[in-house]
Amino acid sequence: MTPETPNTKAIITIKDLKKSYGDHHVLNGFNMVLNEGENLVIMGKSGSGKSVMIKCLVGLEQPDSGSIEVMGENINELNRSALDELRTEIGFLFQGSALYDSMTVRENLEFPLRRHTKKFGVLKDTTPLVMEALENVGLADTINLMPEELSGGMKRRIALARTLILQPKIILYDEPTTGLDPITAKEILILMKSIQQKYNTSSLIITHDVDCARVISNRMILLVDGINYAEGTFKELSSSTDPKIQAFFK
Amino acid sequence: MNTNFKIIEIFKSFLLEIGELSFFASRFFREAFRSPMEFKEFLRQCYNMGNRSLLLVAVTGFIIGLVFTLQSRPTLLEFGAVSWMPSMVSISIIREIGPIITALICAGRIGSGIGAELGSMRVTEQIDAMEVSGTNPFKYLVVTRILATTFMLPILVFFGDAIALFGSYLVENVKGNVSFLLYFNKVFNALEFGDLIPATIKTFFFGFAIGLVGCFKGYYCKKGTAGVGLAANSAVVFTSMLLFIIDFIAVFVTDIFYDL
Repeated sequence: MTPETPNTKAIITIKDLKKSYGDHHVLNGFNMVLNEGENLVIMGKSGSGKSVMIKCLVGLEQPDSGSIEVMGENINELNRSALDELRTEIGFLFQGSALYDSMTVRENLEFPLRRHTKKFGVLKDTTPLVMEALENVGLADTINLMPEELSGGMKRRIALARTLILQPKIILYDEPTTGLDPITAKEILILMKSIQQKYNTSSLIITHDVDCARVISNRMILLVDGINYAEGTFKELSSSTDPKIQAFFK
Repeated sequence: MNTNFKIIEIFKSFLLEIGELSFFASRFFREAFRSPMEFKEFLRQCYNMGNRSLLLVAVTGFIIGLVFTLQSRPTLLEFGAVSWMPSMVSISIIREIGPIITALICAGRIGSGIGAELGSMRVTEQIDAMEVSGTNPFKYLVVTRILATTFMLPILVFFGDAIALFGSYLVENVKGNVSFLLYFNKVFNALEFGDLIPATIKTFFFGFAIGLVGCFKGYYCKKGTAGVGLAANSAVVFTSMLLFIIDFIAVFVTDIFYDL
């Protein structure tokens, strides 16, 4: 699979992001630009601040300082309703899928649809949209199942369908292949790629899986000690002689 | 020195928890009156909490009425006051035993359930997923549950009281050949609004406390499965303590207004 050439219009811009928990400095001035239609991979060791950064990006965590602009809006200056509206343009695939376990697959997918009437209007029948999202991930026959009846890979696909249902412009992936066997992980990567091509979404992928980065990335950022240590394409970074960068690819 | 330090630390963390709980309660009041009203979820919670606790409350109420009458009967017989049994049982059950026992059962049944459910949702990032999808999880999960416990507990207490009185009647009927009509005639003659109204009002507070603490413990559950167990457990312990404190205050206030 060859990475596509992305547009150069920035859709997410992070400047000098800092976040600490007590004396523990997680992010120490992180900078990042995600362009429209781009697949940007952020790699870092456990505890390097990847997840904190992505949570700051959607307003789940408040940064200590720095600015985060999503589609031209500074998210730290938005009120609750404006932030919720912006969030409809951002899909978030959680590491553990985070399906609502008291709801069926259909209800999981309907949940965001019924709450965001501005985008699709008040829908009397959500079935066509739910089915389209499920068909995109190849799991149309699971519509009436409960999450506990699904395997790890199926849960991840359903979670992806849930992020797609509002047709977001940006999708954030938090460790999309972690905890999956190599074959299922590869299927998820192919699915991510096909979704990006079909809907022309911009994707930010947090991972420490080198295969994932190789397959999906247009560009990569290596996060070390809360700052962007290196930036470039997979080819550029994997051929670097810097031992700190090489450690990621061994 | 070390023991003193530990006591101070425990006291400090207790005060901190009270402060956080108060903040959580104030957020509930702020969010409860803002749109959108999650009415469907509120009804679903009411049904879940009421329906699933009904059998437990019924069995407990029945046994309490039965045992209370069986154990009081010999003493009343000794003083020749057995005809006072319906009045004594009804006042004790309506004023105190019914509300507090039902509330304690619900603290164990509903409070721990809420703590575990929300805790598990927090640990598996379902609450974060809800927030990211543009839904206010506090409103959808917390406000609906607190309102449901607040409105369902008085109904459960009322039901539990009725079953307890029926249990008491069965003993009186078997041991003293008292008819249903006579028994309940005596029950209603003994009861006044001064017994019923304060007892009903305090059950709303009991319900609120059960929902509030359960949601608080679950919503701020620390990461890990151990955190879920701890949230469920501490929800029951904290709520039980709070119920007795509310009960004490309720009796104190009732005493001022109704001169018990």
